Amino acid sequence: MIRKTVPSVEEALKGVKEGMTFMLGGFGLCGIPEKAIAELVRLGVKDITCISNNAGVDDFGLGLLLQKHQIKKMISSYVGENDEFERQMLSGELEVELTPQGTLAEKCRAAQGGFPAFFTPAGYGTEVAEGKETREFNGKMYVLEEAFKADFAFVKAWKGDEAGNLIFKGTARNFNPCMCGAAKVTVAEVEELHPAGSLDPNQIHVPGIFVQRIFQGEGYEKRIEQRTVRKRD
Amino acid sequence: MLDKNGIAKRIAQEVKDGYYVNLGIGIPTLVANFVRDDISVEFQSENGVLGMGPFPFEGDEDADIINAGKQTITTLPGASFFDSATSFSMIRGQHVDLTILGAMEVAENGDIANWKIPGKMVKGMGGAMDLVSSAEHIIVAMMHTNRAGQSKLLKNCSLPLTGVKCVKKIVTNMAVLEVGPKGFILLERAPGVSVEEIKAVTEGNLIINGNIPEMKMS
Repeated sequence: MIRKTVPSVEEALKGVKEGMTFMLGGFGLCGIPEKAIAELVRLGVKDITCISNNAGVDDFGLGLLLQKHQIKKMISSYVGENDEFERQMLSGELEVELTPQGTLAEKCRAAQGGFPAFFTPAGYGTEVAEGKETREFNGKMYVLEEAFKADFAFVKAWKGDEAGNLIFKGTARNFNPCMCGAAKVTVAEVEELHPAGSLDPNQIHVPGIFVQRIFQGEGYEKRIEQRTVRKRD
Repeated sequence: MLDKNGIAKRIAQEVKDGYYVNLGIGIPTLVANFVRDDISVEFQSENGVLGMGPFPFEGDEDADIINAGKQTITTLPGASFFDSATSFSMIRGQHVDLTILGAMEVAENGDIANWKIPGKMVKGMGGAMDLVSSAEHIIVAMMHTNRAGQSKLLKNCSLPLTGVKCVKKIVTNMAVLEVGPKGFILLERAPGVSVEEIKAVTEGNLIINGNIPEMKMS
């Protein structure tokens, strides 16, 4: 067994530097790497590029890094629900590259799987395709999109083991598995860290080979963005 | 004239037995409330769930189980969770049968704009570009006119496009229309709405073949 555990979030983020590109898992605030984000805030690394489907809310998630003006560029599919983000974007402080959600996921998966690029129909004929190669296959037009290149991927899972194997819960899975192994270093934080051999190999979502460092985070806030319920009869 | 629930109710008639359906945010989300319960349908949400159920009972909310609108949801028997790349394989690979989404503008050639108002709204396209470029059946749910009373069914879209020549059917508060080779083909009128009234607020080419029936809303 190749051991991936590190004792702390400080240890897990060793090597993080100014100007780097990071991938961060999560959809809205669901399944975000809360502990890695807090550590990035504490370290104060600036001029970073973040690849993340969303940009958090004003006072949580990536919003915490925006507040400290640590982000130079965001690559996302949807960035509503964040006033500070909008202010920084409109004032030109923040560079934003909006990417269709499926393309964003596939640019991660391509990086993970060793594909330099792929063709997708998403965005053909729109401003997303401007300056990109297009090609016809079987009578339909496609846009050439390149794999991401990133220094660190920060992901959050439900359970993990010492070998770096990961299991996710519900829709907190989202972009997390696609980002594992898609950057030079993948850091996984988990709610429960188990000894090797205690997770069933049949139930593993992401094999440990895609993860370089794993640690257990304490006290996840797991904030809900839209609490929608129905009344009991 | 229909309200938002009316539009959703009419669109629900388009949902067929055995369909996997992706619902966008807004009016499309309401469609789930009106699908006949004697047919089998599964709702997909692109953040990674198939077999979406209703909102949870108070106290049962789970931060780890949400839909693409970031609302807390439940799952039904037979549901599954998956990652975002797999989710868009379902969409891009045309395994999802029907996409229902909102729009700011639709053009008579099937172009759609619904993600950006330059200088005003910059929230992003989310999954909309992937959905419209791949889905075999796309139904747009929207009001026939904008807040200023101007037509949203145009000759050409004025806003940045989400997709080209992809919309097949549109259900508005006034009509059901199909996008044909020469423009919007009027299929049905909303209860109490005349062909003349629809014509007056449709900027794109409107094709009227014979008598246009009123929608059946029962």
